Amino acid sequence: MSTQNDDVMLEVRDITKNFVKKLDLAGKIAQKLGSSIREEVVHAVDGVNIIIPKGGVVGLVGESGCGKSTLGRMIAGILPPTSGDIVYKGVSLTAMSPEEAKRAALQIQMIFQDPFASLNPRMRVLDIIGEAPVAHGMAKQSELHEYVSEVMERVGLDPEYRRRYPHQFSGGQRQRIGIARALAVNPEFLVCDEAIAALDVSIQAQVINLFMDLREDLDLTYLFISHDLSVVEHISDRVVIMYLGRVVEIAETDELFAKPNHPYTTALLNEVPRLDQRGIDYQPVKGEIPSPLDPPPGCHFHPRCPHATARCQMERPVLREIAPKRWSACHLNDD
Amino acid sequence: MTDSAPTLEVRDLKTHFFTKAGLAKAVDGVSFTVGKGEVMGLVGESGSGKSVTGFSIIGLVDPPGEVVGGEVLYNGKNLVGLPEEEMRQLRGNRVAMIFQDPMMTLNPVLRVDTQMMETIKAHDSSVNDAEAFQRCRDALGQVGIPAPEERLKSYPHQFSGGMRQRVAIAIALLNKPDLIIADEPTTALDVTIQGQILYEAQKLCRETGTSMIWITHDLAVVAGLADKICVMYGGRVVEQGSIDDVLDNPVHPYTHGLLGSVPGGNNKRGNRLYQIPGMAPSLLNLPQGCAFQARCPRGDAACNIEPEITNPVENRDVRCFHPHLGESEDESEGANA
Repeated sequence: MSTQNDDVMLEVRDITKNFVKKLDLAGKIAQKLGSSIREEVVHAVDGVNIIIPKGGVVGLVGESGCGKSTLGRMIAGILPPTSGDIVYKGVSLTAMSPEEAKRAALQIQMIFQDPFASLNPRMRVLDIIGEAPVAHGMAKQSELHEYVSEVMERVGLDPEYRRRYPHQFSGGQRQRIGIARALAVNPEFLVCDEAIAALDVSIQAQVINLFMDLREDLDLTYLFISHDLSVVEHISDRVVIMYLGRVVEIAETDELFAKPNHPYTTALLNEVPRLDQRGIDYQPVKGEIPSPLDPPPGCHFHPRCPHATARCQMERPVLREIAPKRWSACHLNDD
Repeated sequence: MTDSAPTLEVRDLKTHFFTKAGLAKAVDGVSFTVGKGEVMGLVGESGSGKSVTGFSIIGLVDPPGEVVGGEVLYNGKNLVGLPEEEMRQLRGNRVAMIFQDPMMTLNPVLRVDTQMMETIKAHDSSVNDAEAFQRCRDALGQVGIPAPEERLKSYPHQFSGGMRQRVAIAIALLNKPDLIIADEPTTALDVTIQGQILYEAQKLCRETGTSMIWITHDLAVVAGLADKICVMYGGRVVEQGSIDDVLDNPVHPYTHGLLGSVPGGNNKRGNRLYQIPGMAPSLLNLPQGCAFQARCPRGDAACNIEPEITNPVENRDVRCFHPHLGESEDESEGANA
């Protein structure tokens, strides 16, 4: 997955994030005395490679605890990776000068899941949206009202409301404020972390449409993180499936939904309820998602996989290209 | 499956909340029936009154809310106004409820076996401990919890979210109820775990003839599970009918819009979704007449009067003056755009 060309917006190279729970004093003493107590390490993201093409929408799908949000946060620059590299427009974020890094950070913006927790309740909408552009010299304080009004109109908010506080808005409107805040600094790349999960169905449709309109109008690139496969199918060009910190499959959306390769993808697609499927005889995927504290060896999915062999229990399958624009991490592809 | 008398019949149920800010008619004239072994999907957005309907049936509406009218007939017996003691005999015994958050059902400081055995003994004091324990173990096994005998000794926090929800379902099953009201039981769960829960629920209804009301905002879940569907908006049922009829041929403009706004189904990838303009009205301040009129592409002066339930299509209850009838999809799409 290391094609080099101008069409790549962002590339994630072998990125890893571990969260370590350090031992407290008692734990350290116990360890010195020969106890088997050890630091707990969560491998939230474990060697992930992703390419995000310019102007594309990449959907990142997985169940809770698979590391999709952690990956999104690393890409948005909120969390530093433990190892690995993020390459933005051909330049590694770690190799950038502070000036370049700041510019890149502005161009990559994030939209959060909870429209209630992600807005400061004590700030007016004007300041929530206008703070960053003023701080970064994109708008003058004197022109702030016009600047913010313009951004608000773009996301479908009435600029008359710019003096209001977040609690005076509904959930869908708040999500629009969050989107306006991200758009205010003219980003090129948006990381949407479950950005519509907290909204009602009819409001979800409004926000999905807004995302698609903005993509056309502003030529934006998206990383769209969601657990909702039908939304991801609707909006994405390419889909990345994660399971327990690793990418198990990457494919163009049509192909993925038509012919999933990895057994986990297949299982996931089978479980997604669909409007056109009535009176289903449910056949559940066996087992639970293992704890990321203690993932199974080899392929993480093998305890739940119907096709698991002895090799799956020992050896970690590598994500490799099995067809053009199609990657999968499964030993079955070797036969 | 509706050959015998229905397990539950709700007639013109009205639950109002007398709040300081004013009167909120959370449920205002809701009627439906659920037959034996039938699964009914009760669908609506937040604030549509779907959960309050569930709470009203099982008698769990707290002040300032009050059931002010209508009947809830369980096997022919009206539950509205039933003395609390009699209601308690039914609740958790013949009629059970599963909540969205299993921690609402489970007491965090009691072991699972204590809580489950209590459920059995509260309704039948003649059961001894050993027998009760056996039934708890069987119920946990029935919902697919491995090693149920050991897990009975655990506390709720030692279970994962999906497992906890299964424990809550097992508790609901303990006394083999005739009716289960499930309020968004899988909303907080992952897709593969949701599949497991749906599997258990379906198995239960098929094997034991338990009826179920599945309250959710997720049309797709209802599509796979339910036999019939009730769509609520602003405290009223706007459309109800069999699952295939309603989803394939929605007649009420709200149902029509809702189905158009969900990705998948008829919505091709990358196309704009149909948008229902605006947002759900506050229950404190519902418009005169049809609650949906302000957002409805078909609303006009006639809608200022509350529409009565009519049957514009066979076997379908609809509350609308301007239902979608027999038009081709393209035409109505065009009208919406």
